[in-house]
Amino acid sequence: MAILLANFDLSFLIASVVKIVFLTFLVILPMVAYSVYAERRFSAVIQDRVGPNRTGIPLTLFGFKKDIQILGIGGLLQPMADGLKFILKEDFTPRSVNTFYYWLAPCLTMVPALMTCVVLPFGSELRLSDLNGLIGFLGLPGFSETPIQSVIADLSVGPLYTFAIASLGVYGIVLAGWASNSKYPFLGSVRASAQMISYELSLGLSIIPVLMVFGELNLTKMSIYQDANGWLLLPLWGEGLSLSRWVLWVPMMISFCVFVVAMFAETNRLPFDLAECETELVAGYHTEYSSMKFALFFLGEYAAMIIGSGLAVTLFLGGWSIPFSPYLGLDFEAGATPLWLGLLHIATFFVKIVVFILFFILIRWSLPRFRFDQLMKLGWLYMFELALANVLLTAILMIFFPLK
Amino acid sequence: MATIIVQRPKLAWHEKWYLSTLVKGLKITLGHALKTFLEIVGKKEKVTMEYPEQKWDDKLPEYYRGAPALVTDEHGRERCVSCQLCEFICPPKAIAITPGEIPSDDPWAKVEKRPLEFKIDMIRCIYCGMCEEVCPEQAIYLRKDYAITGESRAEMVHDKKRLYEIGGVRVGLVNKWNELK
Repeated sequence: MAILLANFDLSFLIASVVKIVFLTFLVILPMVAYSVYAERRFSAVIQDRVGPNRTGIPLTLFGFKKDIQILGIGGLLQPMADGLKFILKEDFTPRSVNTFYYWLAPCLTMVPALMTCVVLPFGSELRLSDLNGLIGFLGLPGFSETPIQSVIADLSVGPLYTFAIASLGVYGIVLAGWASNSKYPFLGSVRASAQMISYELSLGLSIIPVLMVFGELNLTKMSIYQDANGWLLLPLWGEGLSLSRWVLWVPMMISFCVFVVAMFAETNRLPFDLAECETELVAGYHTEYSSMKFALFFLGEYAAMIIGSGLAVTLFLGGWSIPFSPYLGLDFEAGATPLWLGLLHIATFFVKIVVFILFFILIRWSLPRFRFDQLMKLGWLYMFELALANVLLTAILMIFFPLK
Repeated sequence: MATIIVQRPKLAWHEKWYLSTLVKGLKITLGHALKTFLEIVGKKEKVTMEYPEQKWDDKLPEYYRGAPALVTDEHGRERCVSCQLCEFICPPKAIAITPGEIPSDDPWAKVEKRPLEFKIDMIRCIYCGMCEEVCPEQAIYLRKDYAITGESRAEMVHDKKRLYEIGGVRVGLVNKWNELK
């Protein structure tokens, strides 16, 4: 016990807790809330409507001239109003449900979605010792010279961990459908499980070529490699200018397309939202849910979306790296990155995620839903084969055009 | 019965693989999104009016049919002589008139009658304008008020006072009771 305590790294623990709180509660959850708002506003402008624009900080009530608005876009407090509404709604449990699983299901949707974020490198490094000059007057010893990595758990099996946990999300949906003891949720959950199983395969296979190119399963190192040598889909600097990287760009693009399509299916978004198609199944697997339990399903879907786009950004679009960073002098250098650049990297990562989410939303409001047999056919006959052939293609190309 | 063979469009490979069709669809939605977004931030003229703040009152056409109301003439006389024609013509039976006699010492005593009570149930009214058309005295008009609200059914029944409030004064037109002209 004494040895255990002696070897205990308290600073690591504190840093981890701070990172978890920062990423989960200060970034992901507000982002989830605001992506719901973004979805409503974006869908509104696509359909030539205005969307929710009334909920704001009512400064005019306190004698100010104008309410807070960005570019004249109102409704920035809509997520708060939505959350408050969900909390105030009656939490109704139908009598016929299996109560234990009925309560478990929303948690099982939300928790895996949030758990997957631990391996995402959301920034490069934060050299907190840069702050020592600022807080020196406090008389504290100050931060150590070792920079803090901007990732909660620097696992060497990053993508595998993400897939393992993310696929647990289907249990939430299946349990919700089963425990509700009602036919529409049940149909929805059966569809969801069939769909997730068929797309999990192509999702896993689609990133194998990526892993072959990186020769690496550590997401942090992947990001560092892409920062120095060009993103997988934008090899325009460093080693990325070599012939082999440009030849491998083709299978990478195929991988990216398969990955994104499979991710849409995994997160149950249109055009693959058969689990909750409103027109056929009322609301799908969460028909019998109300209040905060319903909100958890809703938030779980958006959290999964954010994590999924985070993974896609990290694998294909350079993670936190700033485009053309070596030319701009904004590239990462282990241990020598100033604090402001570390923060800029974090910002870059989230900007990329936001763009990706807007793309998600745009797709949702552009494409019609697939029929179930079309979905299965697409999954098993095209995406799976394409991903498999892509692995082979990458392997052959890598023999003839070896990377350094 | 003749058999109709429906001509399905022949799709090119890129259309079958959702490639060009996807791009086309995204272009349409993004175009609409950008257009409406520019309208919202004020870089383009808005098509949508945001109702309680912006009203279209000054853009109403001359022939707009809003709430029916009673009018007085330039001498402050009630034009209505409670002939009850509007009550009889009203398709949803929204109008209820209680006729009353004008006392003989009134300067307009020769008109003989005026409404003691005039009620229009605005829940029933369908804004057809038949009352306006049938009125021989041109006493009832459809004004441009369209936001008729109330918190109870009773509030939605416009009585005589309210009707004259909405209607106001109309000068000219029929002058047959006016000896001063």
